[in-house]
Amino acid sequence: MSINADEFEMLAREGVTTPTVEPSDVVTQPLPMRRGSVDAAWRALKAAPLTAWFGLFVIAFYAALAIFAPLIAPHAQSAVVGNQYEPWSAEFPFGTDQLGRDMLSRLIYGARNTIGIAVMTTLLSFCIGGVLGLLASIIGGWTDQLLGRAVDILMAIPQLIFALMLLSIVGSSIPNLILIIAVLDSTRVFRLTRAVAMNVVVLDFVEAARLQGEKLGWIMAREILPNILPPLVAEFGLRFCFVFLTISALSFLGLGIQPPTADWGSMVRENATLIAYGDVTPLLPAGCIALLTVGVNFVVDWFLHKTSGLKE
Amino acid sequence: MARSVPLPEATGPLLDIKGLRIDGRSEDRWHEIVKGIDLTLRRGEVLGLIGESGAGKSTIGLAAMGYARPGCRISAGVVLFNGTDILKASEAERRRLWGSRIAYVAQSAAASFNPAHKLLDQCVEASIGHQIAAEEDAKRNAVDLFRRLRLPEPEQFGFRYPHQVSGGQLQRAMTAMAMSCRPDLIIFDEPTTALDVTTQIEVLAAIKDIVRQFNTAAIYISHDLAVVAQMADRVMVLRYGELVEEAPTRAMLSAPQKAYTKSLWAVRSLRKEEETGDEILLDVRGVDASYGTLKVLHDINVKVPRGRTVAVVGESGSGKSTLARVITGLLPPRAGTIRFDGKPLPPRLKDRDKSLLRRIQMIYQMPDTALNPRRRIRDILGRPLKNHLGLSGAAREKRTLELLRMIELDERFLDRLPNELSGGQKQRICIARALAIDPELIICDEVTSALDQLVAEEILKLLLRLQKELNVSYLYITHDLATVKAIADEIVVMYQGRVVESGAKSQVLAPPHHEYTELLLSSVPEMDPDWLDGILKKRENASLSA
Repeated sequence: MSINADEFEMLAREGVTTPTVEPSDVVTQPLPMRRGSVDAAWRALKAAPLTAWFGLFVIAFYAALAIFAPLIAPHAQSAVVGNQYEPWSAEFPFGTDQLGRDMLSRLIYGARNTIGIAVMTTLLSFCIGGVLGLLASIIGGWTDQLLGRAVDILMAIPQLIFALMLLSIVGSSIPNLILIIAVLDSTRVFRLTRAVAMNVVVLDFVEAARLQGEKLGWIMAREILPNILPPLVAEFGLRFCFVFLTISALSFLGLGIQPPTADWGSMVRENATLIAYGDVTPLLPAGCIALLTVGVNFVVDWFLHKTSGLKE
Repeated sequence: MARSVPLPEATGPLLDIKGLRIDGRSEDRWHEIVKGIDLTLRRGEVLGLIGESGAGKSTIGLAAMGYARPGCRISAGVVLFNGTDILKASEAERRRLWGSRIAYVAQSAAASFNPAHKLLDQCVEASIGHQIAAEEDAKRNAVDLFRRLRLPEPEQFGFRYPHQVSGGQLQRAMTAMAMSCRPDLIIFDEPTTALDVTTQIEVLAAIKDIVRQFNTAAIYISHDLAVVAQMADRVMVLRYGELVEEAPTRAMLSAPQKAYTKSLWAVRSLRKEEETGDEILLDVRGVDASYGTLKVLHDINVKVPRGRTVAVVGESGSGKSTLARVITGLLPPRAGTIRFDGKPLPPRLKDRDKSLLRRIQMIYQMPDTALNPRRRIRDILGRPLKNHLGLSGAAREKRTLELLRMIELDERFLDRLPNELSGGQKQRICIARALAIDPELIICDEVTSALDQLVAEEILKLLLRLQKELNVSYLYITHDLATVKAIADEIVVMYQGRVVESGAKSQVLAPPHHEYTELLLSSVPEMDPDWLDGILKKRENASLSA
């Protein structure tokens, strides 16, 4: 789709590219409704490559696990149901862990805890970083300088070490964990949002909105945000994986999600001794993390490809 | 261009295109954009290609070189250059022709030069690369060309970088680059469209001269009939990729045959009867403005009467658009006052209340960037209605439809996105958005200069009709004098940030003129093939007698 504007305009005049509504449609439907977005989404899905389908399937599977964990899991996440390190069997499909808890149940509950926290954290970090980034790009001047330098300071300290330090100061609880990682991660979101919004802020339609007396919030939400959404959504997918890995890393180091709550990161550490005996069980939670990361990235790749293809 | 010298080696045509068909790709389908064009060009002849945007002019120009842009393909036809079909030639053979036998001058010289290399090095690149001349000779030749193209200090000119010279000079440097191998054929693709009238005339004169001196054949592509009239021996009028009419320039100008050609001729004849207004709506007094320390406006005085149009005219960089920014409050002035409807206008946008913002609206030059690509027309027009007039639900829907009808569109456009509209339709939507909240003053910043002539004329007619119906005032910023004649009641001429002349249209356009107004007026090309030669002779005589 790289013919130039002249030719495009010509095609548009001939009605080739513009979907024209027949007059009869207009009569029967005086106020035409918007074309169904469900319909459009379905058409996009049908054209999606196999990798994207795989990614979507993985995400849907994990989401189902997380939502219906109590129904699916055979045991409660902290119930001691057998002996330590029992091998795989009909009763315990993936064996038991170092305290005799069912591995499968803990994996299922782990999906709920780990993914739930990662989603919350990523959403929060996008709210913080996105809003501040938009503000910085629209207002500019001192606001931009102040926010930009504050972010520079936060980014100057390695993220994991900073998070470890803060968690050991305020104590490791789930709200603290979410808040700290969200704030640290929002610095990246801020920089991306500010950079892409800068290109949109200078366009005439933003000025036109200002001249018509639109408020800051409206300009942010309606004029700029829709135009920078594709890179932000792509970034959301990537950030989600990073947050996921950060939480798992913190749990592995003992400062993340606290026992007895099941969490994939800490499950790897707790069962690490088994690795020495050539048992793959401790690698199962690690595999869960890897599979989700791959799935999310497939979907993100597809989305990026789709949006960049449209721009050509 | 009449030639006294008989044409050398006039055995066959230099370029012979037969049954050329080109497809363009959009939405994953191929559409025919050039539909069977025949074209012959003799040695030393200049052929003008005219048409509005989308007529396929540039595509044909490039196909004459055997080249199709990415996203296009040549589906049928032969292009005989010197008797051999260059469409069938190998890539290497074509490459040998390009730059040496066939050259191309693009619309935007600024985008075509490499900013990192000196002009001279870029001008000799082709002749050295094709091993036509040794470096020394090539450089001497380039300096000679600079001199013939009347570039300042031809010896030194080549040692500058592209950003160090003006747009008009760069366009001439590109012509020198094309000429460096003495090609048989040059394709000029709108070489003066991006320049303002006073610069355009210099470039036109230089191109015309040098093409004549070397007896080069040329295809001159333009949407501006008056420009083509100066350059071409023969004119082809194109529309939607098809030939409308073909004739020698003089014959075509004096007696166009087809209705479409006649309508192209008629565009420049739009005239508005001048009216005077007593009630002053906007009164700009002694305004100075600056960007940082750079002062761009000096002591500007402009009065806009209610229900009338004041045109602000000047070349690029004269401060026209800055004046618009000052009036809208985006750039508070350093000195001076602005009164609106008798009351002082707060200098800053944020100090103006909503009802004041409603009364002053703006329409932009580029409709592509003036509409949010992610919002539907319904939302674009509906939002100001809600924000300022508090309309919602059925009342807003009704008013939106009224607005669409006012700009001669209909309800089918409600749910479209801006990129599903043509340039002219987009500009209409911009006008409707400004009109939505009953403004009293609309600032129009070059609103027709991004549109081709026929569409521009329709927009101007629309603006005139709306003014009559709604009694709205326009402050119309432009560099195009034909537009001024079509729409203005009063004219303000700006030059280097100062108002050099102002008054009623008839008064400003009638002699005696200020020196700069004279230059502007005399630089607008006329539909007369002898106009360019005449004006150059006149200026030469004037400078000799001075």
